[in-house]
Amino acid sequence: MAIDAATVRKVARLARIAEPEDRLEPLAKELSGILNWIEQLNEVDTNGVEPMTTSVATTLPMRDDVVTDGGDPAKVLANAPKSAKDFFVVPKVVE
Amino acid sequence: MSDLTGLTLKAALDGLAAKSFSSEEITRAHLEAVEAARALNAYVVETPEKALDMARASDARRAKGEAGPLDGAPLGIKDLFCTEGVESTAASKILRGFKPTYESTVTSNLWRDGAVMLGKLNMDEFAMGSSNETSAWGPVANPWRAEGGNANLTPGGSSGGSAAAVAAELCLGATATDTGGSIRQPAAFTGTVGIKPTYGRCSRWGIVAFASSLDQAGPMARTVEDTAILLRSMCGHDPKDSTSLPVETPDFASFCGKSVKGLRVGIPKEYRVDGMPAEIEKLWEQGIAWLKEAGCEIVEVSLPHTKYALPAYYIIAPAEASSNLARYDGMRYGLRVDGANLTETYENTRAEGFGAEVKRRILIGTYVLSAGYYDAYYLKALKVRRRIADDFDQAWEKVDALLTPTAPSAAFALGQKSDDPVAMYLNDIFTVTVNLAGLPGMSVPAGLDAQGLPLGLQLIGRNLDEGTLFSLGSAIEKAADFKAKPKKWW
Repeated sequence: MAIDAATVRKVARLARIAEPEDRLEPLAKELSGILNWIEQLNEVDTNGVEPMTTSVATTLPMRDDVVTDGGDPAKVLANAPKSAKDFFVVPKVVE
Repeated sequence: MSDLTGLTLKAALDGLAAKSFSSEEITRAHLEAVEAARALNAYVVETPEKALDMARASDARRAKGEAGPLDGAPLGIKDLFCTEGVESTAASKILRGFKPTYESTVTSNLWRDGAVMLGKLNMDEFAMGSSNETSAWGPVANPWRAEGGNANLTPGGSSGGSAAAVAAELCLGATATDTGGSIRQPAAFTGTVGIKPTYGRCSRWGIVAFASSLDQAGPMARTVEDTAILLRSMCGHDPKDSTSLPVETPDFASFCGKSVKGLRVGIPKEYRVDGMPAEIEKLWEQGIAWLKEAGCEIVEVSLPHTKYALPAYYIIAPAEASSNLARYDGMRYGLRVDGANLTETYENTRAEGFGAEVKRRILIGTYVLSAGYYDAYYLKALKVRRRIADDFDQAWEKVDALLTPTAPSAAFALGQKSDDPVAMYLNDIFTVTVNLAGLPGMSVPAGLDAQGLPLGLQLIGRNLDEGTLFSLGSAIEKAADFKAKPKKWW
């Protein structure tokens, strides 16, 4: 399936990556190339096959529902681009 | 640089135990070698002060008789591992300046056992690449060059810095990670040994995530035994990673040198791909002959879905990556590039912070997961993944391990494949199946091609059966007697 520039614009928007208009065509070509190569998967008969979501079947271990970490806002904020007191500072979310 | 940097990890640990030299001495020798080898661009962060502090602390422990299994051994750490207080960027601009306030479980395990950190090793950005050229900090140069040539070759990827540092004797061993071949292909390109253990052996906690159902850490070193020693320290159950297996870690080194007589080794016929260089075909035949001589039974097997592994991988890995990398939003850590509103800030941050290959994979991943395409692409790929795993399960009824080439070529020139994503992806054609099935896989250097460049053979084992790989790997190592080293030009 070929991807066009409009699809790239939509997908880039979903992925929150700004792509300039002049990059949309070249990206559409690149992504179409990759997806065309991927199309060969359709040759595989997968009727009745269970999708494989994990490579090692194991039951998830349980632990007591207790707090094991936290209480250190300075560590949490150490790499924040912007912070004030014990908070992250972010652009206005609600107009 | 000095004799101390040329030692194997095992010999270095023996020398430290015999007090032939101190950790401070062997660490200094490595720091000098690292400084003199900046032309390779293998290290992105050098931590000489930390290294010397750790070395002196190790010497003090040893004096008190409290030395651990890796005590005093200087190692390099792939930049995908978070290291407390030391910049950890995953070779991406979006994490420039990021200094974790915590330590990854795998590196914690190494420090617990006494190892010394020399610095952080270059890699493809977010481990997405097969040539180290997607690093935001520039590509690593392979210490190996073609005979008579002076062009820089790729060390492979994504663990190219780890591979180059081990080959150039800039550390006794290194950590690496493998999502589709990122330990084994660079090992093959640099004449080093690398093993990706069974998925779940090593905790993923504190390793920057790429594709969580495939990512697995492992060691690289100059001998099979050295990787066994490192892997034992790296492994172990970790409650902080729900996919970390609650199993005992064996003494992997005890499997090295063990007789392989009677082991059944499978040769998957589907790995004889069109256009495979004759030299690689020859090396494979040689490997079969070596294992026969060592007493193995060679059995032809079929893994019919092999050719579909790469296309399935290029749906599954980007899908998981697009989800994992959503966290880089410029709010809590890393780069922030302001825009007119919140959405624009996200978009600008990610446009400027991510490189071209990472963006390409996020876009593919977002596309295959988007409404209307999820079943056709993502679900289909997960079903094909099951088919690939079933192929292996059928093979294990007949054989104990598999022998294949590691990569379809020797190291190629930097720039040679960077314009064609699919050509680059094909580098992982022999390695990626193992990640999809969760199996352990090892690359062992087995010979040189006509240009004097190293080639590797891959061994694949059953789940949690790394032991057999270490036995077979050391049998190949012994038979190949691979002693070649890159000629120093850096």
